[in-house]
Amino acid sequence: MAEFSGPEQVLEAARQAYAKGYRQMDAYSPFPVDGLAEAIGFRRTRLPLFVLVGGIVGALSGFFLQYYAAVISYPLNVGGRPFNSWPSFIPITFEATVLLAALCAVVGMLMRNGLPRPYHPVFNVQRFERVTRDKFFLCIEATDPLFDEKKTLKFLESLSPANVTTVDP
Amino acid sequence: MKRENTVDTVETAPLIGHGQTYGTITDKITADVLERKTPRGMLVGLAIAFVLTMVLFISIGWLMIKGVGIWGINIPVAWGFAIINLVWWIGIGHAGTLISAILLLLNQHWRNSINRFAEAMTLFAVGCAALFPLLHLGRPWVFYWIIPLPDTMALWPQFRSPLTWDVFAITTYFTVSFMFWFVGLVPDLATMRDTAKKKWMKIVYGVLAMGWRGSARHWHRYEMAYLLLAGLATPLVISVHSVISFDFSVSVLPGWHATIFPPYFVAGAIYSGFAMVLCLVIPVRKVYGLQDFVTDRHMDYMAKVMLATGLIVAYGYAMEAFFAWYSGNEFEKYMMFNRTQGPYGFIYWGLLLTNIAIPQLLWIGRIRKNMVWLFLISITINIGMWLERFVIVVTSLHRDFLPSSWDMYYPTIWDWATYIGTIGLFLCLMFLFIRLMPMISIFELRQLLPWRGK
Repeated sequence: MAEFSGPEQVLEAARQAYAKGYRQMDAYSPFPVDGLAEAIGFRRTRLPLFVLVGGIVGALSGFFLQYYAAVISYPLNVGGRPFNSWPSFIPITFEATVLLAALCAVVGMLMRNGLPRPYHPVFNVQRFERVTRDKFFLCIEATDPLFDEKKTLKFLESLSPANVTTVDP
Repeated sequence: MKRENTVDTVETAPLIGHGQTYGTITDKITADVLERKTPRGMLVGLAIAFVLTMVLFISIGWLMIKGVGIWGINIPVAWGFAIINLVWWIGIGHAGTLISAILLLLNQHWRNSINRFAEAMTLFAVGCAALFPLLHLGRPWVFYWIIPLPDTMALWPQFRSPLTWDVFAITTYFTVSFMFWFVGLVPDLATMRDTAKKKWMKIVYGVLAMGWRGSARHWHRYEMAYLLLAGLATPLVISVHSVISFDFSVSVLPGWHATIFPPYFVAGAIYSGFAMVLCLVIPVRKVYGLQDFVTDRHMDYMAKVMLATGLIVAYGYAMEAFFAWYSGNEFEKYMMFNRTQGPYGFIYWGLLLTNIAIPQLLWIGRIRKNMVWLFLISITINIGMWLERFVIVVTSLHRDFLPSSWDMYYPTIWDWATYIGTIGLFLCLMFLFIRLMPMISIFELRQLLPWRGK
């Protein structure tokens, strides 16, 4: 794992590592860095699709709840007006849509990120504490087919980092 | 010429003070929570707020024992303070969502240093607001009857009623605001975890941070989720105050039954919300010396938003008066006459003074830069927006179609105690938030620092 002191350096290092053929790696930064996820080979997230499905399910269930109550379970004849008075069901349908979509966005983000996760090997590195302050890290994982402890260490050192460490599992 | 110059400096002034780096930003904001001794003024403020919170609990307790008869409400004015305060608090909450969601979508980076604070304000204000309709139920302990649950009575809530829409709108709003606020906090909680020296603090912040480690993949999904949440919260915030306005406009009462209500309520909500943000930010920024992060430029922008929304509200008042006359309807006309010259007329004129006349001072650039003036004007607007809701709720109800059913409404001591109590609760929560959590979003401030390739 290599440490860098600026977003430009870690971005450059990530690009070089990707060009070298490394795939199983991760970069860490104190704030979102534009292009860093793409540089380590992360293409796109399916989160928006998940949220869309959540929103559709929310809309349907929100509307059906009211339809069921007003038409099937407890029809109430108010001066011969239709039971399915859909315009007055819209506000709650809308709120249900937003609620479910928002829940899906948060839960989906956490689940796909594998959080909450109390333990992760990178926390073993003492200096890694500063990732939430002002330092940037690039970590090439041992599961990478190209990984070789000596060669990878040498490669990381060639990227002119501030520091290089091995991460204990 | 001179004036143009001052405007120029405001526009080009950086959003972050000179000489700040990733490290210094982090140190300053975390130290305010972790290292710094609680300022004496805050302890005094917390003590006062705590006493007021106890007043709230006492008035709620008395309400549970005696029922809503302890308030000044009766027929025809059945709504009184409870609904005035509900609308007032919800409106205050709206500025937080506007700042965090709408300004995020509009790429207004200056929001980054005030959004956390404003979101917390939203959360607490919505909490205070939600108390009122619950207490106004008369039997608050059966509140779950308004939630669609399968029960042995085989009854459903009336889904065609705006009051039921309210339940859904407010609970959704509270849930989404909470998630938005918490998701925004996670990376900063990780910062707190890594900065804290004491073991128990590390554990508490560590649990809340859920093992956040700033991975690029995580950030990618995080930003996507945050953007989607902002996109969902934006129509939500508009829908919430529109639904609140439906409580009035769906009925057929003169002074309530107006199509202008939803947009005019939303503008009023943002207006009062920004006033409350300024009321809170001005003293906090002074006490904690945050001028480098919440700059004069922020203050200027917020004052301008207030001015703009204030003008929309003024337009709303003008249209209400115009349509009362233009409709030719005698009840509508009488409503306007009663508002301006009836027994509550002084409140209407007070409203015009505090909400329309005095805020026009914000046109002057020097006043927007003077924190004392800005603070006083914000307080005035908060009072004005409360008066507006009083005018809408009480003057429309107390004299409707039949003179035989006319009556006056006078708030009792318990009305005031409950109202002031919620202000205490709100301030209490605000003080605790400032003491325990990073009140400015640290990771979003880091993004404001320039770097090559951006």
